[in-house]
Amino acid sequence: MSFGPHLFLASLEGLVTAAVLALTALGLSLVFGVMRIVNVAHGEFFMLGAVIAWWVASLLGGHPAVGFLAALIISPLIVGAIAFAAERLVLRRLEYNPEATIVATIGLLYILQQLALSLYGADARPVEAPFNYRVLLPWFGYSGYKLAVIAASALLILATWLVLTRTRIGLVMRATQYDRETAQAFGIPVDRVYGGVFALGAMLAAVAAVLIVPIQQAHYLMGRDPLLLSFIVVIIGGLGSLRGTLIAALLIGLSDGIISVFFSPTLAKMIATLLVALVLVFRPTGLFGTAVK
Amino acid sequence: MSGSKSLALHAGAIALLFALNFVLPEYHHGVFARVMVLAVFAMGYNFLFGYAGLLSLGHAMFFAAGMYGAGLTMLHLGWSAPVGFVAGVASGAVLAVGIGLLALRTTGVAFMIVTMMFAQVIYLTILYFSQWTRGDEGLVLDRQLRSFDIGGLHVDLADPATRYMTALLLFSVVLLITLRFVSAPFGRVLVAIRENEMRTTMLGYDVFANKLGAVIVSGAICAAAGAAYALLFGHVGATFASVQYSILPLLWVLLGGAATTLGPIVGTLFMYYVVDITSGYTSAYLLIVGVALIGLVLFFPKGVLGTARDRWARWLP
Repeated sequence: MSFGPHLFLASLEGLVTAAVLALTALGLSLVFGVMRIVNVAHGEFFMLGAVIAWWVASLLGGHPAVGFLAALIISPLIVGAIAFAAERLVLRRLEYNPEATIVATIGLLYILQQLALSLYGADARPVEAPFNYRVLLPWFGYSGYKLAVIAASALLILATWLVLTRTRIGLVMRATQYDRETAQAFGIPVDRVYGGVFALGAMLAAVAAVLIVPIQQAHYLMGRDPLLLSFIVVIIGGLGSLRGTLIAALLIGLSDGIISVFFSPTLAKMIATLLVALVLVFRPTGLFGTAVK
Repeated sequence: MSGSKSLALHAGAIALLFALNFVLPEYHHGVFARVMVLAVFAMGYNFLFGYAGLLSLGHAMFFAAGMYGAGLTMLHLGWSAPVGFVAGVASGAVLAVGIGLLALRTTGVAFMIVTMMFAQVIYLTILYFSQWTRGDEGLVLDRQLRSFDIGGLHVDLADPATRYMTALLLFSVVLLITLRFVSAPFGRVLVAIRENEMRTTMLGYDVFANKLGAVIVSGAICAAAGAAYALLFGHVGATFASVQYSILPLLWVLLGGAATTLGPIVGTLFMYYVVDITSGYTSAYLLIVGVALIGLVLFFPKGVLGTARDRWARWLP
């Protein structure tokens, strides 16, 4: 293949990464924005999503699409429930003290990782894609499923955006984000909103993971990279900025795809991490982080 | 009065560890040597986290800087063990200057994320230059490299008794340095910054310079631990630069009691044995670490010695 098609393929792969990353990072960004806490266990919710998807799909059997669709619904619900419980049992009692919650979510990370290792094992296992269709592009055939992932992620992000900007739930969440005490004074149950936001954030990560398991197998250590990349996206995009999160995910996903194809993946990660750290150092609010105080 | 009490306590702790060299069975003798080195790592971490109140999640990079600073110079440049140790500490201190200048522009959560990212860059760098660092596999410093002659005396760091005494020596020196620092004006200013940064600035202290000083001292101590680990146990590996090794000293310090001089060794020793004993029954040691972290922040936020200081012994340094 010559350079043009090569670049096109790399961009497509980058877009798939970006789509999944945008969903995952959106979850982190919501929690970060509304609750003002850093959820270090976010990557493990992603991992749980994938592992539970494998479990559901392998329990059901039958046509791959049945198992996949069931996983797409059941897995996020279970992960959301786990996150909700963790929030109620631990984070709430810490009164959302930033440092204490970081330590607690690190603990949660270890617990989830170990449980996955003990119950699921150290193997990487795939979930079959719901359909196997190759889209013929001018230079090569490309997995139709991967294109569907991009579309599904775009739809979900749009839905999240609609919920945030057009519904009462979204209004309540934004009110809580802007001023916790005033929101409380107006009768918003801030406490319960926090539980819901934390669960919602985890569910977004889980959905992203279910979408990716047919491409990238489920493994108990798979939460690490999404966590770091989500951090990067959230920071570059600016705290709590939905638009920023999206643009940053595209930027990181595409550049990761392209650099990894043409150079070494380790080098790509090194450069990306270093650049982001420097962005944070010299522009602590991120690229679009003006919306939130 | 309280000064002499605390001095007696620290001297007692060191004397106890010295005496243990002669009575501990072989296995625990080795464990204690390792724990003392790791406790130095925790003390370095405590210096920044406990006293200056800066939560870093990237301290593995300083440990690794010491480790590779010593290991690489000894293997590739043929430097002797003591020179390698100095090179390791120097690498950590130099890295700390750079990281401090950059990361200290941020505060709070951003500081934590930035340090974690810089540490990740260091980790990836180690993997990337695998022709020198041998990546994940790591380097082995054989016994010959780790023995040297000094003033007509032959020192073999691979020998268990020498290893124990060297670890104890490093531990004692760092312990006394910490003790000295925290009662000196520098340490007091750090505590003031932790409690109220604005007010400290208002009182005319240069907050940034003091914080930078804390990062450098902390980085150098952690690097000393890393270099000592490489010299005493002969292994240099990328694992020690991973995120997990940034989290472990946080755990040890929280358990023993942040901002207490002896907390780090208490926490390290306790956690090492908890993991050691439980891994005899189950391989689920991460679960224990996770539960310990959550339990600590929920019910025991001040750690063992922090709680002891609050309840019984106000004079504990």
